[in-house]
Amino acid sequence: MANMQAHGPVALVQRRRWRRLFSPLPLITGFLTLCVVLMLVVILWNIVAGGVGRLTWEFLTTAPSQGMTAGGIFPAIFGTVFLVILMTIAVIPLGVATAVYLRYYARPDAWFSRAVQIAVKNLAGVPSIVIGLFGLGFFVQFVGVGIDKSFFGGEVTMGQPAILWASLTLALLTLPVVIISTEEAMRAIPTDYLEASYALGATRWQTIRRVVLPSSMTGILTGGILAVSRGAGEVAPIMFTGAAYFLPYLPTKLNDQFMELGYHVYVLSTQSPDVDATLPLLYSTVLVLLLLTFALNALAVVVRARLRVRQAV
Amino acid sequence: MRRTLRIATAVGITVALASAIGLAGNAITIKGSDTMVILGQRWAEEYMASHKGAVLQVTGGGSGTGIAAMINGSADIAECSRPMTDKEKQEVEAKRGKKPVEIATALDGLAIYVNTSSPITKLSKTQIKGIFQGDIKNWKDVGGPDADIIMYSRENNSGTYAYFKEHVLQNEDFAPECQTLPGTASIINAVSKDPKSIGYGGIGYASGVKALLVSATDTTEAIEPTEANVDSGKYPLARYLYWYTLGEPTGDIKALVDWVLGPEGQKIVSAVGYYPLPKKASAANEKTKTAADQ
Amino acid sequence: MPVITPHVSRTRPSYGLRPADRRRDRIMKYVITGSGFAAILAIILIFVFIGKEALPVLTSPEVHQEVTLSKMVTPLEGRAGKPKAYIWQPVSQVPKYSLPPLVLGSLKATLVALLFATPFAIGAAIYSSEFAPRRARELIKPVIEMLAGIPSVVLGFFALIVLAGWLKDLFDWKYRLNATTAGIALGVAAIPIIYTVAEEALRAVPRQYREAAQALGATPWQVARSVVLPSAAPGIFAAIALGFGRAIGETMIVLMASGNAATWSWSLGDSVRTMSATVAAEMAEVVHGSAHYNVLFFIGALLFVVTFLINFLGELYIGRLRRRLTGSAA
Repeated sequence: MANMQAHGPVALVQRRRWRRLFSPLPLITGFLTLCVVLMLVVILWNIVAGGVGRLTWEFLTTAPSQGMTAGGIFPAIFGTVFLVILMTIAVIPLGVATAVYLRYYARPDAWFSRAVQIAVKNLAGVPSIVIGLFGLGFFVQFVGVGIDKSFFGGEVTMGQPAILWASLTLALLTLPVVIISTEEAMRAIPTDYLEASYALGATRWQTIRRVVLPSSMTGILTGGILAVSRGAGEVAPIMFTGAAYFLPYLPTKLNDQFMELGYHVYVLSTQSPDVDATLPLLYSTVLVLLLLTFALNALAVVVRARLRVRQAV
Repeated sequence: MRRTLRIATAVGITVALASAIGLAGNAITIKGSDTMVILGQRWAEEYMASHKGAVLQVTGGGSGTGIAAMINGSADIAECSRPMTDKEKQEVEAKRGKKPVEIATALDGLAIYVNTSSPITKLSKTQIKGIFQGDIKNWKDVGGPDADIIMYSRENNSGTYAYFKEHVLQNEDFAPECQTLPGTASIINAVSKDPKSIGYGGIGYASGVKALLVSATDTTEAIEPTEANVDSGKYPLARYLYWYTLGEPTGDIKALVDWVLGPEGQKIVSAVGYYPLPKKASAANEKTKTAADQ
Repeated sequence: MPVITPHVSRTRPSYGLRPADRRRDRIMKYVITGSGFAAILAIILIFVFIGKEALPVLTSPEVHQEVTLSKMVTPLEGRAGKPKAYIWQPVSQVPKYSLPPLVLGSLKATLVALLFATPFAIGAAIYSSEFAPRRARELIKPVIEMLAGIPSVVLGFFALIVLAGWLKDLFDWKYRLNATTAGIALGVAAIPIIYTVAEEALRAVPRQYREAAQALGATPWQVARSVVLPSAAPGIFAAIALGFGRAIGETMIVLMASGNAATWSWSLGDSVRTMSATVAAEMAEVVHGSAHYNVLFFIGALLFVVTFLINFLGELYIGRLRRRLTGSAA
C-alpha cells in the first residue's frame, strides 16, 4: 500500500517523483533491456565489420573457387531463391486455404476445427530437426521412392535428396506463419462487407473470392514474406533433404540438389579446407544471409503497416 | 473464356513441372569423405573446366555418408578415407545389384595435430591411443607441461574416424570426453585456438597447427608425415584415399577416373596438400580391377 | 461465419443463385475443408512417420540384437576392466547407444539458455509494459524482432567463431566448446519468444487493476510488484516454458558450438552432445533401415513428444490466464 508519510500535496508529488526515478525495479529492468539491445548490436557489429570487406558485386555473382577460399556465393544465392520460390508456391495456397477454412467454414465449437487450431499451434513448435527428419523419412524415402517405383521403374530419380523435397519440408515448417498472418488479416475485415455481399446474393465462395481475399492480400503477403524469411535461414530441414556442399551448375530441375546460403555458412564453418583463409568469405556469406533475412522482415513490417493504415481509413 | 485461360495455365504449369522432373542427366554425383571433399571439389572444378559438357556434383558428410548414399542410390561415386567393410560391400551389391569397385586415388598421412605453442614434437601410437581413450589425461605424462589434455575427434560418420579407431585405438572406443566436430577443418580450427589440445586429420589440412612425428611403437623412431615417408610406408598412419564406383567404371565415369589417376588429377592432389599415388599404387589398382571381375 | 442464405426471389434468380454458382460453391467448400485438413494431417503424419521409423527400437527382434530400450538407459559394458558407463558409440564393433548422456546434454544446454535468457527477457518485458516511455517501447519491439529474425545457423557461427574465444579468455575453462558457450547462444535465440509471451501476459492484465492500485496511491514500482506481476505470473511461467521448448529443439547452435561429446557429467563447463545435434550429425550417414537409423528416429520422436507436450501445456496455460484476466473484467 501507499506510504502515508508525505505531508502536503507538493511534498507528496516530489517524493513520488524521486521514488519513481530511483525505484529499483524500473532501473533493473531498464538495464536488462539495454543489455538485450546491446546483444543485438554486438552480434550485428561483429558480422558487419567482418563481412563488409568482401561484399562486392563479384562476390554476389560468381561461384566459389580454389577450394572455397576465393570467388563468390552466387550458386548459394540462386539455390536459396529457387528453394524459397518453390516453398512459397506450396505454402501460400495451403496456408491461406487453412486460414479461410478456420474462419469461414469451420464451426467454432466442432471438435474438428478445435483440432485443426491445436495442430497449427503445435506445428509451429515442432523442432526444425524433427521436420527435417520427417522430410527425409516421408518425402524422400516414402513419396520419392514410391514415385520412382510407379513412374520410373525403380530407377532412382525422385527417391533422393532434391530441391522439391527440401522446399516441401520448408513449407511444412513455415505453414503456421502463413496461417496466422492470414487469419490476422481476415479478422480485420468489417462484417459489414461480408453481410453486404451475402445480401446481394453471393455464395460463400464468391464472398471469399471477391471480398475476403482481396482485402486480406496485405496479410497474405506479410505471411508469405515472413515465411520466406524464416525458410531462407533454416538449415536443419534441408541438411538431408537436398542441400549440397559444392555444385558446379545451378539447380534447374525439381530433382536437382542445390547450394544454399544457410547450409553454406554451416559448411564453411566446419568443413572448409582452410578455416583461416575462408573466414572472410564466411563472414561475408553470413552478412548476405543476415541482410536478406532482415530486408525481408523489414518489408513485412512495411506491408503490415500499410494494412493498418488502410484499415484505419 | 477466362475459364479456358485458367485451365490452359494449369495444364501448362503441370506440363512444365513434369518436364522439369528429368533423370539427373549425365551429372556424376560424388559423395562422401570429408577428408576428400576438398580434393573432390578441386577435381570437379578442374575437370569441368577442361571437359566441356561434364557435370559433377560433390558433397561431403563423411565416408559413411558416401557409402550410405551409394547404397541408397543417390551417389555414383563414394569418396572414402577408409576401405569399405565387407558388410557394406554386400549391402551395395544387395541393393544396387553390382559390386563396388575400389580405386585408390591419393595417399594421405593421417596426422596428429597439436597447437603450435605445444612443446611436444612426437608421440608413439600407444601414447596416442592412451590419450584418446582417456588413460593419459595430462600432458606431463607424455613430456609436456602440467595441463589437462583436450581431445578433438571426428563424428562417427567419418572415414578418418573409422581409420583412427581401427589403426590407433585397435577397434576400441574413444573416451566420451572427446569433443566431436563435424569436419577436419573445424578440428584444425579448434586445435589452433586451444593450446592444450590434440586432434587428428588428413595431412592436407595442416595450417595453423603442428603435425607430430609418430612412431609405431614406443621404441621405434618417430617419423614425420612427409611425402617421402608416407609414400614409402615408413609413416605408421599412411592410408589411401579411395573412390568406389558401382561396378567397373564405364563411359563418363571411366573418363573421370582415368583423368583423376592421371598426371593432371595427381597434380591437384599435391596442390591440395595430399600425396599423389606412388607408382606401385597404379599396379594395386590394376589388381583390384581384375579381382572384381571375378 | 454461417452462410446467410438470402431469401429466394420469385423473379429471375440473381447472381449468386445460378446453379453454376451453387455448384462452384459446393466444390470450393470441399476443397477448402480438405485444405483445412492439411495442418492436422501434417501433425498426424509427422507423428506417424517418425513413430513408424522409431518403433522398431521397441518391437523389432532384428534391431534388438543391437539395441533394446533397457540397453539404452542402463550403463553398458565399455572397456575391459573399466566400470560400466553410459556410452554413445554407434559406430563400433559393438555399437553402444546410451540415451542418458544425450538427454542430459540437451538439458544442460537448455538450462544454461534459460538461466541466461530469462532475466533479460522477463526484465525487458516488464520494463516494456510497465515503465518504458513510448519512444523506448517503439525501439524495443524492432530490436526483439530483429533478434528473432537472426537465423540459428548465424548464432551458431557467432558462438563458434567469436563467443567461444571470448568466454575462454574470460573464464579460462578447460573446454572451449561446451554447454555454456552453446547455452548462451541458445539463450539469445530464446529471448525473443520469452519476451513476446511474457509481455503479452503483462499487457493482458486489465487496466482497471493498475488504475485501482494507482488510485490508492501506489507508485509504478508498487503497482508492478503487488498487482501486475502476481496476475501475470502464470503467463510468465508459460513464457519460460515456451523458451525451454524452443531451446531444447534447437539444432544448429549446439551442433556447431557445444563440442558434441557424449559425456555423463553435471558440470556446465563440459562439452555436451544434445539429442538434436546427434540426429543432425549422424542422420546423413545411416543406411536406411539400420538399427542406428531407427535409434536416431527414436531420439527425434522423443524430442517431438517433449516439445509437443511443453507447447501444448504452455498454450493451455496462456489461454486459461487470458480467460481469467479478461473474462471477469467484462
